[in-house]
Amino acid sequence: MQVLKSKHARVTRWSHWLNVPLLAGMIWSGLRIYWANDVYEIAWGNHVLFHFFPDSFYDLLQLRHRLAAGMAWHFTLMWLFILNGVIYVGYTIFSGEWRYLIPGRHTLREAWQVLLHDLHLSRIAPPARKFNGAQQIAYTGVVLMGLASVVTGLAIYKPVQLAWLTYLLGGYPLARLEHFVLTLGYVVFFLIHITQVIRAGWNNFRAMITGYELTSKEAFHA
Amino acid sequence: MPEQTRPAARDPVVQMRQMTRRSLFTGSIAAGAGMLGLTWLGATAEDEGIPWPLRRVLTLNEGLARAAFRQQSTASEFAAQAAEEPRVNGSIGLDNPPPGTAAQIQVSSAGRELRVGVDVLKRMTRVEHTTELKCIEGWSTPVTWAGIRLRDVAEHFRLAGSYVALETPDRAYYVGLDAASALHPQTLLCFEMNGEPLSSDHGAPLRLVIPVKYGIKNLKRIGSIRFTEDRPADYWAERGYDWYAGL
Repeated sequence: MQVLKSKHARVTRWSHWLNVPLLAGMIWSGLRIYWANDVYEIAWGNHVLFHFFPDSFYDLLQLRHRLAAGMAWHFTLMWLFILNGVIYVGYTIFSGEWRYLIPGRHTLREAWQVLLHDLHLSRIAPPARKFNGAQQIAYTGVVLMGLASVVTGLAIYKPVQLAWLTYLLGGYPLARLEHFVLTLGYVVFFLIHITQVIRAGWNNFRAMITGYELTSKEAFHA
Repeated sequence: MPEQTRPAARDPVVQMRQMTRRSLFTGSIAAGAGMLGLTWLGATAEDEGIPWPLRRVLTLNEGLARAAFRQQSTASEFAAQAAEEPRVNGSIGLDNPPPGTAAQIQVSSAGRELRVGVDVLKRMTRVEHTTELKCIEGWSTPVTWAGIRLRDVAEHFRLAGSYVALETPDRAYYVGLDAASALHPQTLLCFEMNGEPLSSDHGAPLRLVIPVKYGIKNLKRIGSIRFTEDRPADYWAERGYDWYAGL
């Protein structure tokens, strides 16, 4: 006999799904801004391994010659992105949900075990809690990344009025790089997240849509 | 949040299926509404190069920035050795040869109109600072600028207004500034760059240096300075950029 068990609250689910178009919009408008001075690359000595970004990428997403519009979108969407983040974090704190998310003393070791298990290097199954150690680190980390994006963003948005902040982040050019690297971080997060959601299966995914998961009665009472 | 179960009146599997359908339906409505909103936004009339709702938000952002603006907050200053040659990124308004040393600048405020010689201005209190020229494109270069404070000029010639409008002699390039930014202590009418007299490319004989704004506001080769109560036109704001462009 299976029972329905509540997993994700309404606020959590809405802010999660709203964040998809909002973050995508922030990245898209941000790339239109970045294009105007696309100086970052990964290089080994004089050998450029990867230039951010190849021409085909700019063409595909229509990022060229859109600096003005990119900035207008970026500085409009930022309000919605921040508001959504504040609602999510506020709810997570006041509802007590943070207890499932914040890493604890054993989180790191557990996350390591989860990693070994997911790479098929260990047979120890991850604990059947709401979030295992690896998830705790990933989900807490990505929220902190959001906060860092806002802070580094402010430092390059108002580098004179907030000169102290820009200074603390290593100066204007470095703050811009940090803002960019955080964005790459979201892409990495997204790829791993999607992979893990697919691996976890339909019941898990459905819980993020409906808020409930189907679980065996024994597990429910455990 | 306490764990709860739905009343077990019906088969949970059936119930789950219904909830999933309902949630996907709600999600589709929300996604559809979002797409409609975006389509509407894209179809709205443009206000100076961008959809008017975006322009409204930029104006709102400007209101907040101006309310929080502090003249005591200054752009970080660097050692003079850090200075570099900035890229020449724009030549609009510089087509004609630079006026000679006898150049005059048209200055106006509240109906008064003056012609002030550049040589006269150069005799005022000299100020020098090494600050980053921050281009709206995203690059920045530390540059040593020397000149006179616009606020000293305003005080000396008793110029006042809510806004300041600057134009090149041929009026091809023009910027608008809020008075608080124009009268910021680091805002200079500049005639020297990195220890050398200003070159024609960089706006000889006199250019604006305003570190509280992006490079686009740092007008080269000043032809006129007008203090006014009306918000002045701005070359790049007419082409989709933020009018305020404040840092």
